[in-house]
Order: sequence, then structure tokens, then C-alpha cells
Amino acid sequence: MRTSFFPWLAAGWIGFAILPWYALEDGFWAFEWLIDGYPFDSDYAPALIQIFQDKEWLLPLLFPLLFPLWIFNKVKSDPKYASTLIISGGFGLAYLLGQGFTIGIGGWEYSTLEAAFGPLETRQFGMGYGALFTAGSFLILLTTGLAAAGNLRGDVFVTSAIGIVVALVATFVFLPVGKILVSAFVNDAGLYALSTFTDNFFTKKIWGLDCLSTSVSCGVGLNSFFLAILTATSTTLLGLGFALVATRTDFRWKKSLRVLTILPIITPPFVIGLALILLLGRSGTITQFVADLLNIEAGRWLYGLPGIWLAQTLSFTPIAFLVLIGVVEGVSPSMEEASQTLGASRWHTFKQVSLPLMRPGIANAFLIGFIESMADFGNPMVLGGNYDVLSTEIFFAIVGAQNDQSMAAVLAIILLMFTLSAFFTQRVWLGNKSYTTVAGKADSGIHAGMNPLLRWTCLCVTIPWAFFTIVIYGTVLFGGFVVNWGRDNSFSLQHYGEGFGIGWNEGSLVWEGAAWDSFWTTITISAIAAPLTAALGLLTAYLLVRQKFGGKNIFEFGTMLSFAIPGTVIGVSYILAFNVPPFELTGTAAILVLCFMFRNMPVGVRGGIAAMSQLDKSLDEASLTLGANSFTTMRKVILPLLRPAIVAALVYSFVRAITSVSAVIFLVSADHNMATSYIIGLVENGEYGIAIAYSSVLIVVMLTAILLVQKVIGERKLRKADRLAPQSDKTTPSTKSATMEKQA
Amino acid sequence: MSLHLKAGSVTFENVTKKYGAVTAIDDVSFSIAPGHLVTLLGPSGCGKTTTLRMIAGLEHASSGRILIGGKDVTNLPATDRDVSMVFQSYALFPHMTVGENVAYGLTVGGLKKAEAAERAEEGLALVGLAGYASRLPSELSGGQQQRVAVARALVLEPEVLLLDEPLSNLDAKLRRKVREEIRDLQQKLGLTAVYVTHDQEEALAVSDRIIVMNRSIIAQEGTPRELYEAPSSAFIADFIGDANLITGEVISANHEKAKVRIDSIEYELPSRGLRIGSAQIAVRPDSILLEPAQGSSGPGSSVSGSSESGSAGAKDQIGIRGNVTHSTYLGNQMHYSVDSPLGELFVVDYRIDNAIKAGSDISITFATKGMALIAP
Repeated sequence: MRTSFFPWLAAGWIGFAILPWYALEDGFWAFEWLIDGYPFDSDYAPALIQIFQDKEWLLPLLFPLLFPLWIFNKVKSDPKYASTLIISGGFGLAYLLGQGFTIGIGGWEYSTLEAAFGPLETRQFGMGYGALFTAGSFLILLTTGLAAAGNLRGDVFVTSAIGIVVALVATFVFLPVGKILVSAFVNDAGLYALSTFTDNFFTKKIWGLDCLSTSVSCGVGLNSFFLAILTATSTTLLGLGFALVATRTDFRWKKSLRVLTILPIITPPFVIGLALILLLGRSGTITQFVADLLNIEAGRWLYGLPGIWLAQTLSFTPIAFLVLIGVVEGVSPSMEEASQTLGASRWHTFKQVSLPLMRPGIANAFLIGFIESMADFGNPMVLGGNYDVLSTEIFFAIVGAQNDQSMAAVLAIILLMFTLSAFFTQRVWLGNKSYTTVAGKADSGIHAGMNPLLRWTCLCVTIPWAFFTIVIYGTVLFGGFVVNWGRDNSFSLQHYGEGFGIGWNEGSLVWEGAAWDSFWTTITISAIAAPLTAALGLLTAYLLVRQKFGGKNIFEFGTMLSFAIPGTVIGVSYILAFNVPPFELTGTAAILVLCFMFRNMPVGVRGGIAAMSQLDKSLDEASLTLGANSFTTMRKVILPLLRPAIVAALVYSFVRAITSVSAVIFLVSADHNMATSYIIGLVENGEYGIAIAYSSVLIVVMLTAILLVQKVIGERKLRKADRLAPQSDKTTPSTKSATMEKQA
Repeated sequence: MSLHLKAGSVTFENVTKKYGAVTAIDDVSFSIAPGHLVTLLGPSGCGKTTTLRMIAGLEHASSGRILIGGKDVTNLPATDRDVSMVFQSYALFPHMTVGENVAYGLTVGGLKKAEAAERAEEGLALVGLAGYASRLPSELSGGQQQRVAVARALVLEPEVLLLDEPLSNLDAKLRRKVREEIRDLQQKLGLTAVYVTHDQEEALAVSDRIIVMNRSIIAQEGTPRELYEAPSSAFIADFIGDANLITGEVISANHEKAKVRIDSIEYELPSRGLRIGSAQIAVRPDSILLEPAQGSSGPGSSVSGSSESGSAGAKDQIGIRGNVTHSTYLGNQMHYSVDSPLGELFVVDYRIDNAIKAGSDISITFATKGMALIAP
């Protein structure tokens, strides 16, 4: 790279000497500080002035900002260039974070330090613009220095990218999770005690087995585990059934089965539960109908394990289907043909050849179902009844009257243990055990059909289930249009009016509906989070696919980890980690955006990895040898070729941000309420009408977004063809003459 | 053509490249003179591509020094090195036109668009593709794409041009044509070029010098003729053109000539520093001469020795007895597998009219032109 580090050093100075050092109470985007006492008011003063007021511990930060100046005229290959930058950046970053964590609102954070240095009279708040700029500057100085020392082929862009991703993941994934671990040991008095953890951990409330002998329910840990096993089993079996029907039968509508796979993406997680209440709840349509018919009393069986299981199976079967259809198609037809030419029957071929080849894929679907069920918050919240599970208990431990942070932390740790074990199993055990036989070679064989018994079993299970799913979604779409579902089924727009009414007042538009506020917040925050998520995910994918560096496996693991962390755990951990300095973020819109970024990042990473693996690496290398640096290469070669993957990542992170509820419910505030948590509130109040109307609006919005984007991608292809057509017309004669010359 | 090339030299000083515990290049040193085309030749996995990529800066040496045009570039990234590379897959950017591809290096280097396009057009003309600038790479044939890749590398006027198996994606006939074009262009422009291939015929055809690599080290370096006629090892003898390795005995030697006895026949060969004692001799398949056996004694028993060497196909010479196990007709030549007391021999014979049938007993003699003593 020919660019020097000076712009970055300048950014550090701007952060240190000009911008307000601490976080502003009015929020990140409020600019009142400019006219309200800046630069000498201690709330707004930059660090340089804070030093002379009462925060003398900021003084050492001057050293890393001054030290790099002496290599002003040194060349990059001078060893002093590299070491100066590494020392400055490393020291600056370490000191900045160190003082942030040790000196907080109440002075010293650790009593040993207080004993050593005496009590502090002043205190400090969370980091603001200034600290952010300066920290960023130190990070880049450090990575520039590391590159100059010859790391990663001397590529500043790559070292800086790795530095940035590592810093972000450390701050927004590892710090919060670490904070949970620590919080589990803090007792009511705020002291660390092992007993806090053990008391909370080994309690009957979590591990109790009473449900086996008495009518008292079991512990929440066991409940969750039992539910997850049930859901994983049912979704895997149904998913396999659907996958077999879609690939191995001549079922007429099998193509439309694939539409199923889009459903879980656009469905907020509690919507299925809501629809089930409308159909099978105590006053649900089907319940009432059956009760009248058989003259029995309507039951409450739906609220509890059966209801959650049913809702989760409906919600997650499409995911299992998505996983398994790839697996079932991945079994090479020629293997099945080989088996049949060797004289095996269809059933024998399926049992002895196809099924064993699919086994790792089936296990994978099971583990994904397990993780999804464990992490699910919406359905148990809506349908839980007396059946408590970990994800909801965590919520009530924080939000309810008890506000027991260490209990929430312990529950979160247990939930994390379950999902992480499943995640580890998936990666370690299945990682090198994939039998999918897709080679680069075209395999022209035909998949073996299924024997009649298996075929009919699959059809008899999947068709009714697909029908049931359609009924559920029909309920969601139409439920908002009736006055009171089940009791007064006359058509009404009242719920939409209440939620999304628009009025005119003195010639200007007024958003009268109660839902508009949270709706626009949701759209805005999701729209801000989507490009950031996609950028972070694709940058990480680029580093993983294209660069070799030490610790890459750990790097990859760290970036994929947040996939296995349930939303409720993320929510709790963000509250614990970002409620106090040095990162004070709770109650802001920023924490929501950050939460979405790191929760949905694995999706972008996976998409990016898949797309980038298909780009020949020599394209990048050609660009490098032609004199372009990594950044230019990324901008001019990789990104244009990745456009479909970028669009997919954008849409997916946008949609996931809208449907997310488990983490969000902890992080919303009065100023920034999100649609999903608003709907949950409606459900808790029994206002099913508006809730379902709002849900269907969200589904329609997301569906529109997806279809719109697909249309745009499609048009892009068309445009390319358009662009080619006239040119080839123009060039055809010359090509012809050229070939004729050759022949002559 | 307005290319202002400044052909540079390339020097490796004790360069080692390790990937973890695996050593890809082991203490390699060589030097390439400006204006030469040097081929890195070797079987797959020998380290030739790694060597090329280290010249490009796509891999960095674990130890040692790399100099280009006399300047130390060991720690310089690919972006900052004055070399350009033609890739095996061509690596043309599929979303850019041919013209944009060729102009790419110029525009990222800061040249104005119009000027870059003009230079790109000149570059395309140089490889015979004038007027193709507005096409997309996908609209060109394989050979044309290959020439675009060369043009794209040349317009940057690099000190060194690197070519990584540039012909491997072309069919056999086109391969010969393109390799001649590349050689012509290189000589016309006086380029320093480093060329990687695993095809020894290609290497012999295009190179000023060849560096043969095997198992992470340089096995031998020399002109094509030196390598073919005086292989330094059994590996080289077998890799550069086929060779039968047979054991003989040096019975007398001075610094020029050596008298070698194979079975009971004596030949005079360049001594290549060998002393009296057992020795390995590489014999080219077309230098083994087969004649129908005259006597009826069993294979291996030579009837009489002869000190007269190099008498190609002399009727009066009685050779080693052998037996043809396979006889294959290939249009313009016969391939034989021969069972003999020297081991199994592979023989090429252009006298297709008197083909010998499998199962025939034959007598074997050698033509000294295709024989070389190999240092132990």
C-alpha cells in the first residue's frame, strides 16, 4: 500500500483533541453539545481538556499519539517504522481499554486498585465519539505496523480488516458472553461467590424430575431439553418426508413444496403460535366445532407442551426440509443405479445405500432443529402455559418482579451449554463426515424411485401437513379482518384501522394508528442494520476464503459462534455488558443495530463463503499482480462479481432483523420499540385481532421486499443480455471476416 | 509498438518456503539474465509454481532473498512489484470487456481512462486482437482469451513476465502455435520471462534455459540441449525425453572419454567426470536398435564382444539377446517392450516396415548418440 498511516493518526488526534471524549446523554446523533458549553463543560470536553480538569489518567494517551511522529520521514521497510507503529497502536489500545474498564461511574472498579492508588473523587462515563475515533486510530496504527513488519504479505488492508473484525467480534460477542459468565457468580450484594452460581445452578427449578411421579412440572432445563428432542425428531422426520416427496416422486405439486422454504424466513416466530390459538385454543374455530359436534367441553390442551411442540414443528419443518433436500439430492444417482444393477430392490437400495449416505445430513437437520427449538422464544411465550422453558424463564428472571440477574445468567449459561454442545457436535462430528457426492462432474443418472409403501407413507404424512400449514397461514392473513375471531366472524377493517390508520389534519398526513411508531422504528433500524450486517459478513467471508493467517480456525469459530447463541442469551448479555461504562449503549437505537449485526452476521458469512468459493482465486491474484491493492481488488473485481450474494445478504439480514424477537425484547426502549415486541405485548393483553393484523402486515412487507429484490436480480441478468445483443450484432461481420482470413 | 520494456533480472538467494511443517522450496538459488526466457520445469508438487508465485509476490519466502532487477523485493507485496503474470486459467475478469481487462492495470496505476484505453488497444494489436476491445471475454475462444491475458500483462511493461502453464487449457494443435507466438513476442520485445510448465517438450521448445525442479530443490539447470544430452541424474534423464536406465561398467576413463562395458559390449562415451567402476547409463528409446536374432542361443548370452562403438545398426555386430514382449503400432513409429538381461527396455523404432512381432527373439545394440553416463 502506498497510503501512509497519517490520515489515521490525524483521526486519532481529532478524537483526542476535538470531539467530546465521553458518550453524550442526548444520544449519538444529537448535536446540542456544539452550542452547550463545549469545549470546557466536562460532559462535552475532548480528552485533551479533560486531562487538565480532573481526568489526569487520560494523559498517557498522548504518548501513542505523539510517538509515531518521529517516523514521519522513514520508509516502510525500515524496521523502526513497523515497531514504532506496533508499540504506539498496541499501547494506546491497551491503555484506552484498560482505563475504561478499571475506572467507571463509581471510581475504581476493583477494590485492589482503590487500595493501591487511593479512592478516586471523579468518575467517568461511557466512551463517546472521541474515544471511538481514538480507539479506531490506535487499532489501524497497530495493524499498519503489523503489516509493515511483513505479516500477511505486508497487506495493510487485510491486516486492518482482520483487526477490525476481531475487535468488533470481541466487543460484541465475546465481551457480552464473558459478562454473563461473570454475572452468574455475583450475589445480591454485588460480591463474587461460587455459592451464588452453584445454588442457582443445582436447583430443582432447573433439574427437577417431579413430573415423572407427581403432577408438578419438571425443571425448566429438562423441559427445554425434552421439548427440543421432540421438536428435532418431528421436524427431521417431516423434513425428510418432504424432501423425498420433492425429489423422488412424481407428485404433481412438488415444485410448489419449495415455496415452503421461504416461509420460516418471513414469519415472525410467534405468529404460528398465534394462529394456533385462533384455531385450536379454547375458543378456537376447530376446538369449538369439535366441541359442538361431539358435545364435549373445550379443553386447554394447547397451552403447554403439546401446543409449543406443534407450533415449533410447524415453524421449523421448512428449515429441516431446506437442509435435507440438499442432502437427498446430493446422493449420487449413479450409486443408486449401481445398487440396482447389482440386483437390489428399491427398498433395499434405499435402506442400504441411500439412507446411510444421507445419515450425516439427517443428523445435521436434527441438531439444527434442536438448536432452533432451544432458542425459540416466541412460541413458548405465546403458548407456554405452565410448561416453562429456559428461553422464557430467562426473560422473566430479568423483566419480572424478581429481577435476578445472576439467576438469568445461570439460566443463560445452561441454555448456552445445550446449544453450544449441539453446535460443537455438528462441527466436530459432522464436519468431516459429509458423504454428499456432488463432484464437479455432471452425473446424468436418475434417482431411484421409492418402493410403494414408503412412497405412500411419505405422501400421507406430508400432504395433510402441507395443507395444515396453508390453513395456518390463511388464518394469519384473514384473522385480522374479522371483528372477534371465533365469536363474531363478520368482516371488519377495525384492527387495521386501529393499528395502521392514516388521517389528515390541516392538510398534512397524520399516522394515527397505534402500530406506526414501532413499524417505522422496525423498518428504519432493520434498514440501517442490513447493509452493515452484509458488509461485515462479506468482509469476514473474504478473509476466511481468500486469506491465510494464523489462528484462522479460531477466527472462523468466533464469527460463527453467535449463530449458536440463542437470542435471549444475547439479549441478557447485552444488557449486562452494555449498561455500564466503558460501553454504555442500553436504551439506544445503536444497541439494536449492533445486536442485529452480530446475530445475523453468520448468515452473511455463509452466503459470502459459498459465493466466493466459486470465484477463481486467480482473479484476485491477477488483479494484485497488475498493481491493484487488496482494497481495489475487492472493490473492482470481487464485489461486482458477488452482486447476487450481496443482495441476498442484504435482504436476508433486513428480514431477519424484522422477525427477530428473542434478543430484541430485552433491548427495546420507549423511544425505540420494535414491531415484534409490540405484538408480543398485544398478545399478552389478549388483543389478538391487532396482533394478527400487524403480523400479516409484516409478512406482506417482507414478502414484497424479497420478491422485489428477486425481480431486480432477474432484471440485472436481462440487462446483461441486452448489453450483449447489439454488440454481437455489430461484431459478427468482423468475426466472420476474421475466420475467413484465417481459413485463407 | 510503443512498449518501453526494461527487462530485469531475477535472482533467488537461498530461498526457502515452508507451509507449516511442509517445505515447498528448500534453499533454492538461481539467477535469470535479462531478456532470457527461462522455464521452470518439473512434475506436479515439485515447487515450480510456488517459485513463480514467489517471484510475483503472491507467496512470501520463509527465508532467503529475492531480487528483481537488482532490487531486493523479498518483503514487497505483489501489488508493489514490477512483474506481471499470465495465469493458467487466464483469470480474465468476466464482468469487464476485453479492453477494460487490458486497461485494468493501467487505470489502477493512475493512468487516465482515455490514455489507458489507447494503450490497451496497442497491446491488443500486439497479440493480433486489434478491434476486439469491446467484446466480453466469454465471447472469445480459448486461444484468444489466452492472448488477451498476455496483452493485459504486457501493457504494464513489466520487468519480468511470468507465465503459469499458459497453454494447459488449449488443445494440442493450438498449443504449438501459441507457444511459438509467445516465444516470438518474447524475443521481439527482449522480455525477461519465467515460464512454468510440466511438459518437457514445451520447455525444450520455448526456453533459453531450463530449471528442472524436483522435490523442492533444483535438480538441474541448463540449456535445453545440455539437459537432454547430458542429464545429471536418472531423474533428469527420464523426465527430459524418456530414457532407459541400464547399469554398465566404466573400464577406463580420462577427463574426456570413458570406455563403458554393457553386458559384454564396449562403448566410448563422454566421461563426465566418472571414474572406473559401476555406472548408470541413460539410453534414449530411439537409440536402442533391435535386429532379429541370428543364433538360437537363449536370451542374454552374447556371442562375441565388440569394441567398435556407435556403429548404428551394423549388421555384423552381435548384440545382447532379448525378447519382444509387446509390439505396438503408432502410425509413424513402433513401440516395443523388450525383456533383456539389462531389465525391461522401452524401444521406439521408426522403421515400421520391418515391424517385429511380439514373442520374437532379437539382438540389442545401442547408438552412442543417445547414451549418456550419469553421475552416481
